[in-house]
Amino acid sequence: MSERQTIDARGSFCPGPLMELIARIKQAEVGDELEVLSTDEGSANDIPEWVKKVGHEMVESFQNGDVWHVVVRKSK
Amino acid sequence: MKILIVGGGMGGTILANNLAHRLKHELKQGKAQITMLSASDRHMYQPGLLYVSIGRMATDALYREQTSLLEPEIEFHVDPVTTFTLDQNQVTTQSGKTYGYDMLVIATGSRAMPETIPGLAENSVNCYTEANAIEMWRQVREFQGGTVTIAVGVPHKCPMIPLEVTFVLHDYFKERGILDKVKFQYTYPIGRIHSLAPVGEWAKGEFDRLGIQYETLFNMKEVDGANKVVHSEEGTQSHYDLLVAVPPHKGMAVIEENGLGQSGWIPTDRHSLKMEGRDNVYVLGDTTNLPISKAGSTAHFEAEALAENLAAIVKLGEPVRDYDGKVFCFIEAGSDRATYAMFNYNQPPAPKPPNRAVHWFKMAYNQLYWASARGLL
Repeated sequence: MSERQTIDARGSFCPGPLMELIARIKQAEVGDELEVLSTDEGSANDIPEWVKKVGHEMVESFQNGDVWHVVVRKSK
Repeated sequence: MKILIVGGGMGGTILANNLAHRLKHELKQGKAQITMLSASDRHMYQPGLLYVSIGRMATDALYREQTSLLEPEIEFHVDPVTTFTLDQNQVTTQSGKTYGYDMLVIATGSRAMPETIPGLAENSVNCYTEANAIEMWRQVREFQGGTVTIAVGVPHKCPMIPLEVTFVLHDYFKERGILDKVKFQYTYPIGRIHSLAPVGEWAKGEFDRLGIQYETLFNMKEVDGANKVVHSEEGTQSHYDLLVAVPPHKGMAVIEENGLGQSGWIPTDRHSLKMEGRDNVYVLGDTTNLPISKAGSTAHFEAEALAENLAAIVKLGEPVRDYDGKVFCFIEAGSDRATYAMFNYNQPPAPKPPNRAVHWFKMAYNQLYWASARGLL
């Protein structure tokens, strides 16, 4: 059954939110959603760029206070 | 108060010694006890493996006897833990013994797992174990020219290694006089050439100056050894004659086998370093699932904060500080130059241009490390 996992990458400069997502998405099942929490505004751009190139699916992206929430669905 | 430390790497060793210094009187009076369980009687200086892989350090310089690094009050056993029974505050070891505790610290570290990418282990070199560093040096020494491809898996220990290994190999082939026969192809998983944006900007300028080619958004999918090609998850490919890998890492198998954390990473509170859901279990270094660098300095600064807190719990009954996410990484930049990046959860890094003084300090730190492990630096 598909599920949503949270990746709390707030305050992560290295390896950073996208790298955290790449590491975790490998362990997820196809159909799972991963929600990245990031305090780096660059995540709102660099995560969708990678998701598009690799062939996963963007679900949503929004800002809540200082935190960006980027939700990705594993597609393959 | 029984404090049990599982793991004798950098984090566990600094923690044990720092605690022994802070709890000197309590240890003497029998009010505190520190026990360490490790898988090895030797302690390895892991950053030295980079130098072994380019023939600049002998392997015996990597090691010290673990007992020579520990304060005499610390009870030490080479007897790795096989079972964690956290509800009963005890662990069981390979020899079949059971150890109880009042406070448990898990610092078992991580391991490179090239076998998790098809074809990678058998077709690449890396510098993450002694045997692999020696094999890398053999292949580097015998390399006569062609494309050197650097490929990076995630997560990985030591975030500066992809850049450092590129720069030191560039230096090495230049010194050998065959640089004109060597092409460098650097690949990196995200959209710049290093996770730290200012480091990536600086390194891009260096790569352009040195003629090092790079491809970003490149995550290894599989290696075709017959055709000497690395395929990426993003659908691209990179040819190699020598494939230098930074393999993806996992935590130790015992962590996952005991259900403590997926892939061997234990869910950990970023400030208290407590294992999530547990009041008397703490996690250090690579073993945490924190979104910070898996690096020796991370383990070092976490160990200092945790030692202060555990000693305060023994003396006062409660902790006194938070870990702030501090990390400090040297960056070898080639040509006998180096710089560093220092940051925490709130302060981004602002690395300075590399210089010779930092390089020579790093060389000195390769020796000073042993004082650091003893909790003296």
